[in-house]
Amino acid sequence: MTNSIAELENADCILVIGSNTTSSHPLVATRIFRAKEKGARLVIADPRKIQLALKADLHVRQNLGTDVALLNGIMQVILANGWHNQAFVDERTEGFDAFRKVTEDYPPERVAEITGVKADDIRTMAEWYAKAQAASIVYCMGITQHTTGVDNVKALANLAMLTGQIGREATGVNPLRGQNNVQGACDMGALPNVYTGYQAVNIPDIQNKFQAAWNAKLSDKIGLTIPGILSGLVEGSVKALYVVGENPMMSDPDVNHVEKALRSAEFLVVQDIFLTPTAELAHVVLPGASFAEKDGTFSNTERRVQRVRKAIEPVGDARADWEIMQEVSTRFGYPMNFRSPAEIMDEIARLTPSYGGITYDRLDGEGLCWPCPNKDHPGTKFLHSGRFTRGLGLFHAIEYKPPAETIDEEYPLWLTTGRVHVHYHTGTMTRNSPSLHAEMPEGYLEVNPEDARRLGVRRGDEVRVVSRRGHIVVKAMPTDRVEPGVLFMPFHFVESCANILTNPAHDPIAKIPEYKVCAVRLEKAA
Amino acid sequence: MDYRTVLTTCAYCGCGCGLYLEVLDGRVVNTIPCKTTPVNEGKLCVKGWNIHEFIHSPNRLTRPLIRKNGALTEASWEEALDYTAGRLWEIKEKHGSDSLAFLASAKVTNEENYLIQKFARAAVGTNNVDHCARL
Ligand code: SF4
Repeated sequence: MTNSIAELENADCILVIGSNTTSSHPLVATRIFRAKEKGARLVIADPRKIQLALKADLHVRQNLGTDVALLNGIMQVILANGWHNQAFVDERTEGFDAFRKVTEDYPPERVAEITGVKADDIRTMAEWYAKAQAASIVYCMGITQHTTGVDNVKALANLAMLTGQIGREATGVNPLRGQNNVQGACDMGALPNVYTGYQAVNIPDIQNKFQAAWNAKLSDKIGLTIPGILSGLVEGSVKALYVVGENPMMSDPDVNHVEKALRSAEFLVVQDIFLTPTAELAHVVLPGASFAEKDGTFSNTERRVQRVRKAIEPVGDARADWEIMQEVSTRFGYPMNFRSPAEIMDEIARLTPSYGGITYDRLDGEGLCWPCPNKDHPGTKFLHSGRFTRGLGLFHAIEYKPPAETIDEEYPLWLTTGRVHVHYHTGTMTRNSPSLHAEMPEGYLEVNPEDARRLGVRRGDEVRVVSRRGHIVVKAMPTDRVEPGVLFMPFHFVESCANILTNPAHDPIAKIPEYKVCAVRLEKAA
Repeated sequence: MDYRTVLTTCAYCGCGCGLYLEVLDGRVVNTIPCKTTPVNEGKLCVKGWNIHEFIHSPNRLTRPLIRKNGALTEASWEEALDYTAGRLWEIKEKHGSDSLAFLASAKVTNEENYLIQKFARAAVGTNNVDHCARL
């Protein structure tokens, strides 16, 4: 997030796009409700009638995968009416002319045809957002899990820069990170192109710094992302895979392909707290410790680094993952001898400018939001005040592109996927929690009552959902949360695994698969 | 009777709510929201309130497993660690550093993610490190 969670309640306009906030980030939703109570206008752009939509001043239901068109339409209206912030554009940005040229091709009437959103609603969104004192954008996987995910994010950045709704209290472009420490995993360099703090592996000065600190020869070749690793396994260029606390057998698109890849591995190590479907395929399974059994830190979606504290000893013979990793490394011939996670954080701080001032003794209160470059720095509440990270903010001229897979005669319905409030990701933890499991013991498929009637399907009937990649059987739940022609399924349930159906086509830059859109057909199960 | 409360951070979603785990004789028995953490100010969602429940699940992995004659079989840590390090080493020697790949995790701590990528880069010599950021 560019801004912090608490600031949201001081915004006077909040645009939530592609985030089912009450389900996936309940305590962010709390702030949105508070802003609403204080008089903020709440605008929801989501194909589904999510819970937040019931509180919204305006809810628009764009067709799946048409976000760029919708955002361009909003910006066209802003430009045509002169509601943009010319001073901000002149002082803080570049690339405006090329952006303007493309955006002017998206008048509301044309956008209405692409997105299914009424032209007047597009005008209202533009006016409310642009004229607000402090407007904040909140988005989640509904924006990023598309073949145009990067375009979607750039379009949101364009909107914030165009109106100067960034770099101030309660404004900004605020992605909600899905898993608890996905921000931290990125910050720590668990990515193929960067070390900690987004320091690129192919910049010689940075490579040299890490070579000296780690006393090792390092590669400057950018590594493989998950899709590349999986196809490498199938082709045989990747022989061994070491998986810590992830479950690609459920979380990745086109699970049948993932299984083939994992089965091709000459050596598969899985380190986890449960025997996940991924672990079942492993050659070695190492029992890690849960968050209650070790010390450490997590970084939340607002960049706040907070302490995790050991409450109990690891269950059975399980061990903390940092201890396991050290043991493997030492036996591999590269000794690691940290005595505690606090010592590891000291090394991270030495090598990572944005974490430079973070030490365990400073984290005891509220934690610290990075960038926190030195021991006296109080941390950073919101980013881009006065200056963007790259200097001038860059406008991108972005054309709308349809999703990779569209409906046709054989697969006439759209399918989108997401989370529900009582479960988390692949369900490894929540489905082992009796209270949460009891709330929602099995998966389901949301289908519009009109479509259900046509198929003769009633609530609780079993239906077969078929895509080009596979099929599953699941219970139908007729509801107007989805529009006619659109289906929705949560992806937490192994028995009705949504990712057997989803399309692995991914964004060319971010490599995010298009979980949010694929084409399917629906049949009554025999 | 040994009773303690331990302040920590919720491990479910990216909000990062502060909470206390209630520990009775070495078992986590309950969760209490923390009032002074800025994110949640004394509130939790249904997942947070129940986060203690999976910790002592009977389905937890408690022993290392090694595949022997096709089946995952309990093994000692010594054996599992030596086997893991040994096989990784053999594959690196035979096929080169880039024939190994690592999936780090949005569920483990910062310090653990740091060590995973350090192992991949410094010990093995590959940048083939990724995680489910995109999922
Ligand atoms: S209590 Fe709920 S909202 Fe807070 S971090 Fe946990 S899962 Fe997220």
